[in-house]
Amino acid sequence: MSVTEERTSGGNGFVGRRLKRKEDPRLITGRATYVEDLTLPGTLYAAVVRSPEAHARITSIDASAAAERAGIEAVFTGEDLADMAAPCPMVWVPPGVEVHVPEHWPLARGKVGYVGQAVAVILGGDKYGVVDAAEDVVVEYDALPVVVDPEAALEPGAPVIHEQFGTNKVFEWSLAGGDVDAALAEADVVLERRIVNHRTAGAAIEPRGAMAEWREGRLTLWSSTQIPHIARVILSIQLGISEEKIRVVAPEVGGGFGSKLQVYGEEVLVAWCARKTGKPVKWTATRSDDMLTTHHGRDQIDDVRIGAKRDGTLTGIHVKVIQDCGSYHLIEGPVIPTFTSCVISGAYDFPAVRTDIVGVFTNKFTTDAIRGAGRPEATHLIEVCMDQLADELGMDALELRRKNFITEFPNERPHGFVYDSGNYHGTLDRCLEMLDLEAFRSEQAELRQRGVYRGVGFSTYVEICGLGPSRALGPDGWGMQGGYFESAQVRVLPTGTVMAYTGTSPHGQGLETSFAQIVADRLGLDPEAVEVIHGDTNTGPFGKDTYGSRSLAVGGEAIARAAEKVQDKAKRIVAHKLEAAPEDIEVAEGAFRVKGSPDKSLTLADVATEAYIPGDLPEGMEAGLDEISFYDPTNFVWPFGAHACVTEVDVETGRVEILRWIAVDDCGPAINPMLIEGQVHGGVVHGIGQALFEQIVYDEHGQLVTGSFVDYAVPTAAEIPSFETDRTETRSPTNSLGVKGVGEAGTIAATPAIVNSVIDALRPLGVTYLDMPLTPMRVWNAIQEARR
Amino acid sequence: MSSKVPIRLSVNGRVRELDVEPRLLLVHLLRDQLGLTGTHVGCDTSNCGACTVHLDGEAVKSCTVLAVQADGTKVTTIEGLAHGDELHPLQEAFWEDHALQCGYCTPGMIMAAADLLARNPDPSEEEIRHGLEGNLCRCTGYHNIVKAVQDAAEVMHGSAVADRQEVSV
Amino acid sequence: MITAEFDYVAPGSLDGALHALADGGEDAKALAGGHSLLPLMKLRFAAPALLVDLRNVPGLRSIEQENGGWRIGALTRHADLQAREDLGVVAQAAALIADQQVRNRGTIGGSLAHGDPASDLPAVLLALEGAVTVRGRAGTREIAASDLFEDYLTTAIAAGEILTDVRIPALAGWGHAYEKFTRRAEDWAMVGVCALVRRADDGTCADVRVAFTNMGSTPLRATATEQALRGGPLDAESIGRAAEQAAEGTEPPADLNATADYKRHLARVLTRRALQQAAGT
Repeated sequence: MSVTEERTSGGNGFVGRRLKRKEDPRLITGRATYVEDLTLPGTLYAAVVRSPEAHARITSIDASAAAERAGIEAVFTGEDLADMAAPCPMVWVPPGVEVHVPEHWPLARGKVGYVGQAVAVILGGDKYGVVDAAEDVVVEYDALPVVVDPEAALEPGAPVIHEQFGTNKVFEWSLAGGDVDAALAEADVVLERRIVNHRTAGAAIEPRGAMAEWREGRLTLWSSTQIPHIARVILSIQLGISEEKIRVVAPEVGGGFGSKLQVYGEEVLVAWCARKTGKPVKWTATRSDDMLTTHHGRDQIDDVRIGAKRDGTLTGIHVKVIQDCGSYHLIEGPVIPTFTSCVISGAYDFPAVRTDIVGVFTNKFTTDAIRGAGRPEATHLIEVCMDQLADELGMDALELRRKNFITEFPNERPHGFVYDSGNYHGTLDRCLEMLDLEAFRSEQAELRQRGVYRGVGFSTYVEICGLGPSRALGPDGWGMQGGYFESAQVRVLPTGTVMAYTGTSPHGQGLETSFAQIVADRLGLDPEAVEVIHGDTNTGPFGKDTYGSRSLAVGGEAIARAAEKVQDKAKRIVAHKLEAAPEDIEVAEGAFRVKGSPDKSLTLADVATEAYIPGDLPEGMEAGLDEISFYDPTNFVWPFGAHACVTEVDVETGRVEILRWIAVDDCGPAINPMLIEGQVHGGVVHGIGQALFEQIVYDEHGQLVTGSFVDYAVPTAAEIPSFETDRTETRSPTNSLGVKGVGEAGTIAATPAIVNSVIDALRPLGVTYLDMPLTPMRVWNAIQEARR
Repeated sequence: MSSKVPIRLSVNGRVRELDVEPRLLLVHLLRDQLGLTGTHVGCDTSNCGACTVHLDGEAVKSCTVLAVQADGTKVTTIEGLAHGDELHPLQEAFWEDHALQCGYCTPGMIMAAADLLARNPDPSEEEIRHGLEGNLCRCTGYHNIVKAVQDAAEVMHGSAVADRQEVSV
Repeated sequence: MITAEFDYVAPGSLDGALHALADGGEDAKALAGGHSLLPLMKLRFAAPALLVDLRNVPGLRSIEQENGGWRIGALTRHADLQAREDLGVVAQAAALIADQQVRNRGTIGGSLAHGDPASDLPAVLLALEGAVTVRGRAGTREIAASDLFEDYLTTAIAAGEILTDVRIPALAGWGHAYEKFTRRAEDWAMVGVCALVRRADDGTCADVRVAFTNMGSTPLRATATEQALRGGPLDAESIGRAAEQAAEGTEPPADLNATADYKRHLARVLTRRALQQAAGT
């Protein structure tokens, strides 16, 4: 571990330790409760009838046979939902940019725009019976011309998916800084590449699901969601139900990866059905439902131009992004390529940067945030192009990177973002130390003599996360219709243990443990005495949920601040009782004690007794020991790192095998290093999945070809190497913990390291460029073409 | 409506007699009728392994077994793996090694790993990775799962040796 | 996903099962491990009205030596096969089927009777020139592997018949290999090649058999390759030349991950590798 042993807080020193997770006992014994594990007396099961057409008018729906089946309670279609107050809101309203937002209802109204669009819902008491009944619903369609290629969709004469806009263009805008045209004109070399970043799925192993109950004029929705707090606001808007009458609970959630950063039609639909029927209504996606209608990610075409001087000095970067949005939006899909533009220039000191983005409607399902959300696309294009440019310049790719690394922090980039802190040479140095590049190169050369093709590829990424500063993201900034603070409440109970409420909504990240570590240190407790509560809009303050690697950098900071407010009050009580000054009280070894007189101390339990039996509190102090914090960061945080991937390519078949993966990441000081490693492992494998295995494929008719885990190839343990990980620690100046997010970093870093590695392996055969996914056939074809 | 079929099976050591619809999947019998919701469903195509349970001591995907096919068998689910409060070595190792995040694949992964260790008490990393090829995890990247299975194997192997020594005394 | 409704019986004898199948007519299906049939039924690609479960039929799960070869009961599971190294290429191929959970339920009889050319055991049986025994109400008959697989998911087993045994000839003196190419370990074969080689005393190829998984609507023999090699030397060059002819005349089904041309290329590469392994070259 190449990390300075610096503790960010006093207390018992739990922060920084590899504590086993508090979450795990219920999960390893099968006692955890996911949505599908819940039922209420009288629950009706919902089955959704979906469109087999990618683009069509609905001419008739005959549900009479379904409705007559035994045990069927009701059948509803889009017409029945006419009383809904609003369609799915799309929350990105950028100032000065026109964004086309078609009405997207939980059940189609008159027309469908993608295969899988919900057309009708069947309710009944037997979960098998409703599936049978769904087969009996007869829907007639009048097929319309289908367009699935985003570039074709922009051509004149293409079928227009939403007539009211007269175009398939969703929006078009640019983010620029510096004079890119001049920068490219003065360059000695201008590299041009077209990079296709294909469509992928989040593929959480728990499919989506929701159950709603309507009782006494109040709605409760249990949902497999990352965003219970945001969901409540949106349900209120869509259903026209007053917000305080709605409770949303995210119970145990079986993975999200952005795919559950959403309020889906089915969540609104079961709520509507529960209100309509007065009975609990539950819907669970099958994997097929999930592949069709859980939002996809990526799906960009990136036309890149990078200018450089002969000596490798970068002059400018210009990227034209075509973002395939699918046929309808969910809550924020069109904003995703904005994140691409943020880090389009990577870790490099480009004096001029420009990203032009056009969003396009196609007859496919919606794209939106999937792990990394826009940044993997940016990292992929810049890191692949750095290697490509190095080839063109005849320079070593790492030397080119080092020559252009940003080294001064904080650093304002031409397009307005301020990188908070970094040490890009440091992570690369450590990565190379672990790799032993020299030894690899000599082995590589030797193996090539024997017809064995190995390569190494690098990715020296930087990313933007910790969403985020409300002023930057909000209505007058990017145009998101919301704040991006996070809330926390730390409540000391009368016996001196703690409930800590977070507005984040963890679903595997381990925040019940890491947040308990943060609180424990500040209050002189063992983390076992701190219960972290989340995922229920009826407990704790209004929160902003979990996505964008924000939970620790924003939510953890809020937890720390709330705990520090409690600590401050406790110190005043202790000072009062021990006749000392509050500033002379310290938290150490499990107690609040007078500095220099360790025998004079009180425990938190003693303090709680004073606070809740308020006979002798300082003058003017209120009873209780319970504090709230709302933390709104002043900047994003900018994690970074260096990853190296060693591959071997079977040049006869095109199969790629990953032999080694070295990941050196810097996300600031660790709260729990074990959790960071877990995030890096999982994040990298998500990237490996995209680079080698996974792709959402639609055919020319808009039919989803990869509709199950048979065809959508999430990698298994057998395809994945073990990882060699390390960290450096560079504090973020943005928050008091000094931390940055790490949930998406591995995914953001991974794909270019693989592609660069395979190109390195195949360079002797003349292969110079490859798009993902690197399927055996694609790699083999590239080798054949290079040989021609 | 097809007529129900009587079945009798032992689930986690307890004998159950029920009348079931022929098409009822074993996973739904366990979850919906016996309340054992630790066994999960993650796909429709026998790929993900989240539904893995033991049938007569061997791992099976309970989404691809009819409840009627389990007539006369002994079924063990994740709920039946621990001995009372004493966790199975695999459960301990998964916890110790951070081999789970969201936990959804975990019961199936642990049951598959138990089958693997029953067949091969001292597997190599390669054998573990291939032994778990029927179980998808989206969170952990498998690294810590492999480590946990290695650690559990060591513990189980150690205690097996200890048991033998006790017997031989 | 949930299957359509069906009726279910689990007779305690083969005669009982045959009787039930006959009663059920066209819409009745025999059920072994269910790992080919149930996934299709769950996706509602298949909807038999009656399942006749063979699990209570005695004597169908067995591996016995017979005339120097093997008689394997239809309900013998892939996991049983994978554990028996003495079964040679049958064990090797069985160990590569899907994953352990599937191998713990899936049966050799079910797999062969299903007749999916992407399954591994059909090509293995074809290369071994094995046979299956089927029982119908009219009696017992044997079907050679070369006659068994008629088309995609279609075999020579008639409605109302039940596959009871698989016969594998003596394997002594044969080297073997099963090469399976997949994207992920648990996937169906993109292409699979089963190779068997018997060396003559002088080291030349006394006999050779090569069969393909997923190179057509049925498992296929690579006759051109076999002819090229039979009687000749078994050095790397000869094997390489013979393997070049492996895909001749094949029309493999293209899919998402492989065009027909790429599959033919894989067939050639895998044939060479399998032959080298089988020949011990």
